[in-house]
Amino acid sequence: MASALINVPAKAKRGDIIEIKTLMSHIMETGYRHLASGEIVPRDIVTSFACRFNGKEIFRADLFPAIAANPFITFFTTVTESGKFEFEWIGDRGLSETASASITVE
Amino acid sequence: MHRSPHSTRRRFLGLAGGAAVLGAVPIVTVQPAKATPEMLASAIRNATNGATVKTGKVKLDVPPLVENGNTVPLTVSVNHPMAPEDHVTSIHIFNEKNPQPNVANFQLGPHSGRAQVSTRIRMADSQQIVAIARLSDGSFWSASVDVVVTLAACTEEAI
Repeated sequence: MASALINVPAKAKRGDIIEIKTLMSHIMETGYRHLASGEIVPRDIVTSFACRFNGKEIFRADLFPAIAANPFITFFTTVTESGKFEFEWIGDRGLSETASASITVE
Repeated sequence: MHRSPHSTRRRFLGLAGGAAVLGAVPIVTVQPAKATPEMLASAIRNATNGATVKTGKVKLDVPPLVENGNTVPLTVSVNHPMAPEDHVTSIHIFNEKNPQPNVANFQLGPHSGRAQVSTRIRMADSQQIVAIARLSDGSFWSASVDVVVTLAACTEEAI
């Protein structure tokens, strides 16, 4: 079962640039590996990651098989108001996972 | 049997140029699971729409010597202000010798505050990694790093 780890500061000052770290537990099977029988292991990766703050998209990533297992992504954002970050991972085999984190801006 | 990247490239070019002799065809089809420098160049052209890519502004932080190609930490930062009228709109990462030339694309905006992203990638061989940043004025900037990999990713058999 997929699960996510999110690191967002609980508090920040208005106008601060904060770092957001995300990790999704996922095998990221490349689709280029073979079984001993010669059969190809089908691709199973996270293809897209997005982060929204109070409903507005602030960051998006397209991922390819060259991303290591358990995709780890960090990025920055400027915070101007308190609110909620929503994270979404979409991938092969109908993968769709979400997570969220709140921040208080003083 | 080992083939140097150079001879593969020469054969590929020969094929692309229409000057392919029959013997060159199997060479290309035998190695479908490896990106070539031409694929890297064409993936970059796709991302930039053929615009000129200048060297500079971008800093690509990746260890020069990697023991395990299955997980290689990588950070791209762009030395550019993130103002509404002038900012970094996207960052693209490419590689030379993995089966696919694309690694990741990141979409940013002026609210990002700082044009910096980190992730962990796989490397199937010692090769060059390229990072390209697109600015809001439509210009492209790049940085590239050569990485030596001791244990390659992707090659092992599953189970």
